[in-house]
Amino acid sequence: MPRLSDTMEEGAIASWHKHPGDHVEIGDVLVEIETDKATMDYEAYESGTLSEILVSEGATVSIGTPIATLDDGKSAAPATPAAVTSSPASASVVVPEDAPAPLTPAKMAPEPASGRTAPAPATSPGASEHVASTVPRGHDGPFASPLVRRLAREHDLDLSTVSGSGPGGRIIRADLNDLLSETPAPATPRSVSRAPVSSGPIVDEKRASQEITVSKSRRIIARRLSESAQTIPHFFVTAVADVEELMEMRIDLNERALAAGQTKISVNDLLIRASALALREHPEVNASYVSDESTVLLVHNRINVGVAVASRNGLVVPVIVDADRKSTSEISAEAKALAAQANGKGLSIEQMSGGTFTISNLGMYGVEEFTAIINPPEAAILAVGTTTREAVVVGNQVVPRRRMRFTLSADHRIIDGALAAQFLQTLSGIIEHPWRIVAGDA
Amino acid sequence: MTMKTYRQALHDTLRAEMLRDENVFLMGEEIGVFEGSYKITAGLLAEFGEKRVKDTPIAEEGFTGAAIGAAMLGLRPVVEIMTINFSLLALDQIVNHAAKVYGMFGGQAKVPLVIRTPGGGGQQLGATHSQNIELYYAFVPGMKVVAPSTPADAKALLLAAIRDDDPVLFLENLALYNTKGEVPDDDRPAEIGKAKIAREGHDLTLIGYSRMAYIAKNVAETLAESEGLDIEVIDLMSLRPLDRETIVNSVKKTHAAVVLEDDWLTYGIGAEIAATISDGAFDYLDAPVRRVAMAEVPMPYSKVLESAAMPTNDDVVNAIFQTLEAVGRRLKKVGQSHD
Repeated sequence: MPRLSDTMEEGAIASWHKHPGDHVEIGDVLVEIETDKATMDYEAYESGTLSEILVSEGATVSIGTPIATLDDGKSAAPATPAAVTSSPASASVVVPEDAPAPLTPAKMAPEPASGRTAPAPATSPGASEHVASTVPRGHDGPFASPLVRRLAREHDLDLSTVSGSGPGGRIIRADLNDLLSETPAPATPRSVSRAPVSSGPIVDEKRASQEITVSKSRRIIARRLSESAQTIPHFFVTAVADVEELMEMRIDLNERALAAGQTKISVNDLLIRASALALREHPEVNASYVSDESTVLLVHNRINVGVAVASRNGLVVPVIVDADRKSTSEISAEAKALAAQANGKGLSIEQMSGGTFTISNLGMYGVEEFTAIINPPEAAILAVGTTTREAVVVGNQVVPRRRMRFTLSADHRIIDGALAAQFLQTLSGIIEHPWRIVAGDA
Repeated sequence: MTMKTYRQALHDTLRAEMLRDENVFLMGEEIGVFEGSYKITAGLLAEFGEKRVKDTPIAEEGFTGAAIGAAMLGLRPVVEIMTINFSLLALDQIVNHAAKVYGMFGGQAKVPLVIRTPGGGGQQLGATHSQNIELYYAFVPGMKVVAPSTPADAKALLLAAIRDDDPVLFLENLALYNTKGEVPDDDRPAEIGKAKIAREGHDLTLIGYSRMAYIAKNVAETLAESEGLDIEVIDLMSLRPLDRETIVNSVKKTHAAVVLEDDWLTYGIGAEIAATISDGAFDYLDAPVRRVAMAEVPMPYSKVLESAAMPTNDDVVNAIFQTLEAVGRRLKKVGQSHD
């Protein structure tokens, strides 16, 4: 399993494009791999014949696990497995595995003189070690004791991430200590794993809870969000902006865009650029906390704004790179293209990498205001609500005005309340004087 | 409670049962005038007379068959076969008659027979007189086979065997006759078919019977002191019926097991226990079940070779260590020393 992104720890085989016996040329797409971020084609770096598929479609393995054997015709034994290794950067990507030691048949006859303990073939760890190290790695997953396999079933553990310390690399109960301490122990294992949130006695099968497979990307999202919510000291500051002028301007812009045959600009497109401009004024918000051990924090010179998209394939955050340097129409076109791709074949890892700030907009659902969880390593995320008509005092009169609320979630380790407030003040100022958003646009 | 030897516990129980029930009588070679090869029946001829303590010819098949007939007609014979090795001569009577009568004749006759017989090597008695072949009888439906390891269990199981309406092979052991222990003064029989947790623990289940249960308890206590290990010891007490439930429940708790037997490994009782564990506790095993048994040779006469052939404390300790290492415990190996 190759490492296809920096954060990738395991990958799932989405589909095999080649089948055992197929001839493979350099550059041929061998397999589609689903990583934590995207589904990617993986191309052959060597030519040869695909002799065996070791990981079937849908299965997840950790990086470095052989997923197929490619016979380059050079080895003496045609069936010598070659493995697709983990690093696409290494010079040779298809490397023959260490030639397996010839499988000497284990002695079958018990030895009388030393027959005091069980003869090796069936029960001694030495025997299982021998088998474990020489069997081609085509079996389903790592060797694990029956106890471990049961615990894995009951606690939904992924054994491919566990390295076995038992004889022959067998995963034993002791190897699960870390994993199990993270998993709450089920009181009655079976029923809990089947009905984790059942609110009362299950009366009939149709109304019982059902198991839905959690996708790879959803598991990554779950882990990242938990990490963020648990480790980053979030605080929240809400501001409100008058968007009468912004709305007027958008109508005007879209009339022009329509006439010019361009796509319509959304409120969100305007907010992306407005945020980018506000970040330019407050670079300390466009920053990253490095680690508890680090004596520095990172302030990013480039302003790359991620946009949370509820795509058909799940939550994704495509990034508009250099959003402060792009015109509103450029941003609009790019955002639309990214959203379409997210709903279609999916985004590439590059398209989801490098963000320095994120906007999450639930305004289209009528949400007035909400808070969002920071997308690490970023330091802040803007949660945008809907536009509402409110009674506002202007001068001495109460007038109906359209207003919008947005809440900044900030990492208190590097952003203080005053800075967050100043950032929002700047952002409100830009939104309420919307010509500033388009000023400088080509 | 009274402190007494395994031998004395057997003697006292036989005597008490003869006093309690006049249908109880003894048969066997040299049990009367000579008072028994291992002196279990010492004094009983003098006390109860020839009618109830019968010296027999050297003819195992004959006197075992006679005892079966007596049992079918309502007496409760307790036969002593001098060592289990000689029971081979009575194999047809035991397997084809004692074990079959009740079933083959639709329950018209019961066979409340007890065959007391010691097994065990270590006495330099040679290959034909040092065997542990209780398995031959534990294999046969219709038989019961019990094997006490302590004086108290010897009493409780002998009471149960004599009062049981089925034929019971009562396995003694040459090496246990002189071991001592507290014996209750009551009259409470054991439940045949029930194993005993001789020592509670969580790290590993050590299973044995007869002499190997005795060794198991010693090893477990030693390792508790020297290594801080918490080993659960199961004394099977009964080989047929076998208390599978106690075995399985223990392994479900400890996740690892070592099975000890004084007989040969291949096709042995340890194999039956291992299969029982695999059947009932497969999903709880963290390491393969290991077995410790004697070397697969006819028992040598030479003292050195005989000792080498028999399973020792060190063999048990090493099997325990290997199993615990397989589940991630790191322990130091012991050398070949104390026995």
